[in-house]
Amino acid sequence: MELAQPLIEQPFYKRLQLGDWAYAVLVLAAAAYSWSLYNHYMDGYEQAILAGSAIGLVALGWFWKSWRWFFPLAGAVALLGINAYHGELARGQTAFWLKYALSSQSAIMWMCTLFFLATGVYWAGLIARSGLLTRMGSGLTWAAAVMGAAGLFVRWYESYLIGADIGHVPVSNLYEVFVLFTLITALMYLYYEAKFAVRQAGAFVLLVISAAVGFILWYSFDRQAHEIQPLIPALQSWWMKIHVPANFIGYGAFAMSAMLGVAELLVIKGKLKDRLPAADVLDEMMYKAIAVGFLFFTIATILGAMWAADAWGGYWSWDPKETWALIVWLNYAAWLHIRLVKGWRGEPLAWWAVIGLLVTTFAFLGVNMFLTGLHSYGGL
Amino acid sequence: MKNQSRQSTAYRLYELFSSMRFAIGLLTILAIASVIGTVLKQNEPYPNYAFEFGQYWFTAFEKLGLYDVYHSAWFLTILAFLVMSTTLCIIRNGPGFLKEMKSFREKASDNSLAAMSHSEAIEAELADPAPLRDYLRRNGWRWREHQREDGSLLFAAKKGSANKLGYFFAHIALVVICIGGLMDGNLPLKLGELAGSVVPETRDIPQSQIPAHSRLSTSNLSFRGNVTIAEGKSADVTFLNAGNGYLVQDLPFIVSLKKFYVDYYSNGMPKLFASDIVVTDKATGKVTEAQVKVNHPLIVDGVAIYQASFGDGGSPLTLKAWNLDSPQMAPVDIKGVSTASQPLKANGKDYTLEFGDLRVFNVENMGTGPQAEKTLQDRMKDAREVKHEKQLRNLGPSITFKLRDRQGQAVEFHHYMAPIQQDGASYLVAGVRNKVSDPFQYLRIPVDDELSINRFMRLRQAFMTPAWYDEIARRTTEKAMKGSAISPAMQRQFGDSVKWILQRFAEGGFVALEQFLDDRVPQDKRQAVAQTYVKILQGAVVDVMAVADEKAGLKPMVQDGQHYRFLLDSLVGISALHDYKAPVFLQLQGFDQVQASGLQLTRSPGKNLVYLGSLMLVFGIILMFYVREVRLWIRLGAGSVRVAMTSNRHNRDLDRDFQRQTDAVKQLARGE
Ligand code: HEM
Repeated sequence: MELAQPLIEQPFYKRLQLGDWAYAVLVLAAAAYSWSLYNHYMDGYEQAILAGSAIGLVALGWFWKSWRWFFPLAGAVALLGINAYHGELARGQTAFWLKYALSSQSAIMWMCTLFFLATGVYWAGLIARSGLLTRMGSGLTWAAAVMGAAGLFVRWYESYLIGADIGHVPVSNLYEVFVLFTLITALMYLYYEAKFAVRQAGAFVLLVISAAVGFILWYSFDRQAHEIQPLIPALQSWWMKIHVPANFIGYGAFAMSAMLGVAELLVIKGKLKDRLPAADVLDEMMYKAIAVGFLFFTIATILGAMWAADAWGGYWSWDPKETWALIVWLNYAAWLHIRLVKGWRGEPLAWWAVIGLLVTTFAFLGVNMFLTGLHSYGGL
Repeated sequence: MKNQSRQSTAYRLYELFSSMRFAIGLLTILAIASVIGTVLKQNEPYPNYAFEFGQYWFTAFEKLGLYDVYHSAWFLTILAFLVMSTTLCIIRNGPGFLKEMKSFREKASDNSLAAMSHSEAIEAELADPAPLRDYLRRNGWRWREHQREDGSLLFAAKKGSANKLGYFFAHIALVVICIGGLMDGNLPLKLGELAGSVVPETRDIPQSQIPAHSRLSTSNLSFRGNVTIAEGKSADVTFLNAGNGYLVQDLPFIVSLKKFYVDYYSNGMPKLFASDIVVTDKATGKVTEAQVKVNHPLIVDGVAIYQASFGDGGSPLTLKAWNLDSPQMAPVDIKGVSTASQPLKANGKDYTLEFGDLRVFNVENMGTGPQAEKTLQDRMKDAREVKHEKQLRNLGPSITFKLRDRQGQAVEFHHYMAPIQQDGASYLVAGVRNKVSDPFQYLRIPVDDELSINRFMRLRQAFMTPAWYDEIARRTTEKAMKGSAISPAMQRQFGDSVKWILQRFAEGGFVALEQFLDDRVPQDKRQAVAQTYVKILQGAVVDVMAVADEKAGLKPMVQDGQHYRFLLDSLVGISALHDYKAPVFLQLQGFDQVQASGLQLTRSPGKNLVYLGSLMLVFGIILMFYVREVRLWIRLGAGSVRVAMTSNRHNRDLDRDFQRQTDAVKQLARGE
C-alpha cells in the first residue's frame, strides 16, 4: 500500500516552516544589533565575517532543525553570564550565578559533569534496553553542549575583561580546543543520532568524549591550563580562527567514527548484538562521519597551509604537526578508497577506523607532547 | 593480436601503476615515510647529529638523507610515483567516467532492468506518458526516451552526474598540487649539488669572500632563506641552509633595517615583533618602505619578506673594570660591543673578552608567593579563575660575556646592570660558570646607600691590605675589652688571632677558615672554635670598614642594623668572590641598544598552483561525497510498468528514493 503524496519534491525554500523564518530573523537581528554596537571597532574584513557568519548560522539552522533552538539557547545563557559581569572580572568569584554556573569555567565544569552523567545514563539505557534512559542520555548530552558553547562564549568575553589587547576567540591553546573538541563531537553525534534514529550508539561515542573531559579536568586542576593567555604574535592571525575549528570538526568526526567502529565490531562479534543497532547501520554512520571528517580535515589543512604561508614563510614546512596532519589525511583517503572503490564493508574497515583514531590522537596530542616544531600550541 | 598487447609487460606495468591497490600502497608508504622526519629533528647542524648518534650511525643516516628526509631522493621518488599513479588512474578511468556522464543507458534490456538491485514490475497501465514526462521534468531528472520494437517505451533518467566530475576535480587537483610543490621544492639545487655545479659553503667567512659555486643568481626560480640585519645596516643576499653548509642567494634588491620593535604583554609574553624596512630595487632603484610583522609579510617583485626572528645587533657598552687582584687600584672605564670580542690586559696577562647578547628586559615570574598545601576550596577557586595573579618582575638589563685566557680556557659570566631587591636589601647580582652545560652560580654584592658597589670594594680592599691589620686588630681588641668579653691578660693573643683570622679570610674566605678547622682542630672542638671565629670576624668587620673609610678620607658609615647587615652580606660577597674566577669584575654601566632582525626571504612561484589545486580538491571531494549519482528507468509496457533504479552509492537513501519513485508511478498510473 502507498499513501498519496505530492508528486513533486518541493524546492527546499518552499519546505521551510515558520520556525525556520523566525530563527533566521532572530539571527539576522542579533547580527545587525551587534553590528550597530561595534561596527566602528571593526574593519572591512570583520564586518564581512560578521555578515558571513550570520548567513552561515541561518543556513546551519535550516539544514539541521535542532540547531534552531540549540544556538539561541546557548547564546542566551552566555548573554546572562556576560551581563552578570557588569564589566569587571572579579565578580566571577563573588556574584552567585557567575560563581556557580555562568562564568566560563563554571559553565565548562557543568559541561564536564553533564557529559559524565550522559555517558552513564546512555550505558544504563543500553544495558536495560530502556528507550527512556537513552532519550535522557541525549537530553543530558544536549545540556552539556549548551553549557560548553555558552562557556566558550563567556570565556571569549572574559578574555576582553582581562585586557582589551588580550581578548581573543577561545581557540588559541590546547585547553580551549579540547573543550571545542568535546563540544563538536557531541553535536555531530547528536545530529547523526537523530538522522539514523539510533540512540544506543551514544554509549560508545560518549566514551571518547568522557576521555577528553577527563583530560580537561586534569589539565585545569593539575596544570592550571585554563588560564587565559594573550596571543603571541604567531597566533595573531585570522587564519587561526577558522583553521582550528575546521580541524576539530575533522578530529571530532574521526573520533566518532572510531567509536562507531568499536560498536560495529562488537555487533559483528555477537556481543551486545540484541541491544545495539544493526551492523550495517553503524557501518553507514561510520562512513558518513569519516566523509564529513575528511572533507573538513582537507579544508583545515589547506587553511593551515595558507596561514603558514603568512606566518612561517611557506605554505608547507614539513613541521611535525603539518606532517602528521598529512599522515592522518592519507590514512583516511586510503580508507575511503577501500570502501568506495573496492567496495569493502564491515570488520576490516571498522578496525581501520579504530586504528585511525590512534593516528589522529597522536597528530592531535602526541605531536604536542613528544615532538618539537613550529606549532606554538603549548606542550603538556 | 589484441590479446598479445594485453600481455606486453608495458601494459601490465600500466595496469599495476594505475591500479587502486598500488595507489593505496603508495598512500600508506608515504604516510609511514613521513613519520621519520617528525621523530628525527630535521636540518639541525650536523655536529649535533654526530654527537647524538656517534660517528657510525651519523654517516649511515647521512647516506640515507635522514637529516632532510622530505628532500631526499627516495622520498621525492615516492611522491613522483604517487603523481604518476594518480595521473595514470585518471587516464585509465577518465574515458569510462566521461562516457558514463554522457550516457543514459536507454538501451538497457529488460533482463538487465529486472536484474537490478532495486527493480519492481507494477501491474498498471500508463497509456499517456505526458504526466510522467511532466513528473520527471519537475523533479529535475534528465532523461532519454527509447521506443522499443516490442512497442514498449523506456524512460532512462538520471541525476547527479556531477559526482563523476568530482572524481576528475579531486584527482587532477592532486597532480596540480604536487607539481606546484615541486616547483617550490629545492630539486634543482639537489641536482646542482649532484652535478657539482653547486657546492654548499661550510666555513664561517664574510659573505663577500664566498666562492661563486656557493652563490645562487637572482634568476633562481624558488628559494627560502634567512638573513639577519642589524638596525641601520643592509643586506642584498639571503642564506639557504643546504645539508651540512649553506648557500648564498643573491637578491634583486637591497633590504635595510631602519628599526626593530619588540613589545610585551603585561605578563611578559611577547606581543609584537616588527621591523621597519626599506627595500631598494638594484635595477630600477625603486624604493619600498614598509613594516613587516609576524603574519604580515611584505612582497616585493615575487619575493616575500617575513619577520622570522630577532637578536642583539651589537650594542655599544660601557663597563667599569674593578681589578680584583690589586684592589687598591681605582676602577677603569672600558668600552665594548655586545656579540663582539676584544683583547683585555689585566695584571700583565692577556685575555680575550667575548661579549654575548645584551638583554634589555629580563621579566621573571616570581611565582605566586609561598605555596601552602592547597585545600579543596583553593583548588576549586583556581579552577574557576581564568586569570591568576603572578608576581612578575623586570630584573632589568643583563649582559653575558666570556673571558678567555691564552690557553683558550674560558669562564662565562652573566651580569645584571641594576641592583636587584632581595629579601629586603639590594644587591648587584653576577653569575659565573665554567662550562656552558652548567647553570650559573650567582653571587650577590650588597650595594651601599648610593646603590653603588664602591663601599663593598673599599671594604674588600681593606681586607686585602695586611698593612692595616694592626690598626684594625687594635680597635677590635679595645671593643672587646670595653665589653669585657676578654681579660686584659688575653689582649695580645686576642689581637693576634684577629689579625690571623683577617688574613686567613682575605686569602680564602670562609672556606679557608673551615679548611683550617678541619686540618688542625679536633672533631669535638670544631663547632665551638668555628663560632668564636665567626664572632670575631663579625666584630672585626665593623672596624675594617671604619679603617677603610678613614684611609679613603671618607666619613664613617652609619651604625645601625641595616648597615650592619650590609657588612655581613659583604663578608659573604667577599668570600664568594674567591670562586669568581676572573682577574677583573666588569660592571655594566651603560649601553646603547642596537637590535637585529632575522628576516626570512622566500620566492615560491608554485604557490598559486597549489592553491588552485587545493580549491579543486575541496570542490571535487564535495561533489564526490554529497552528489549522489542515481539512475531511474521506467518502462511503459502493455499492462505493466517496470521501475528500476541504481546509484553509485548503495545505501538506505537509494531504498527511500526507490520507494518514492514506485509510489509516484503508481499514483500517476491511477491518474491522480
Ligand atoms: C592522495 C591521493 C588520493 C586522494 C586523496 C584521493 C581521494 C579520493 C577521494 C576523497 C575519493 C572519494 C571517494 C568517493 O566518494 O568515491 C576518491 C575516489 C576515487 N579515487 Fe582517489 N584519491 C587519491 C588517489 C587515487 C589514485 C592514485 C587512484 C587511482 C587508482 C584513485 C582512484 C579513485 C577512484 C577510482 C575513485 C572513485 C571515484 C568514483 O567512483 O566516484 N584515487 N579519491
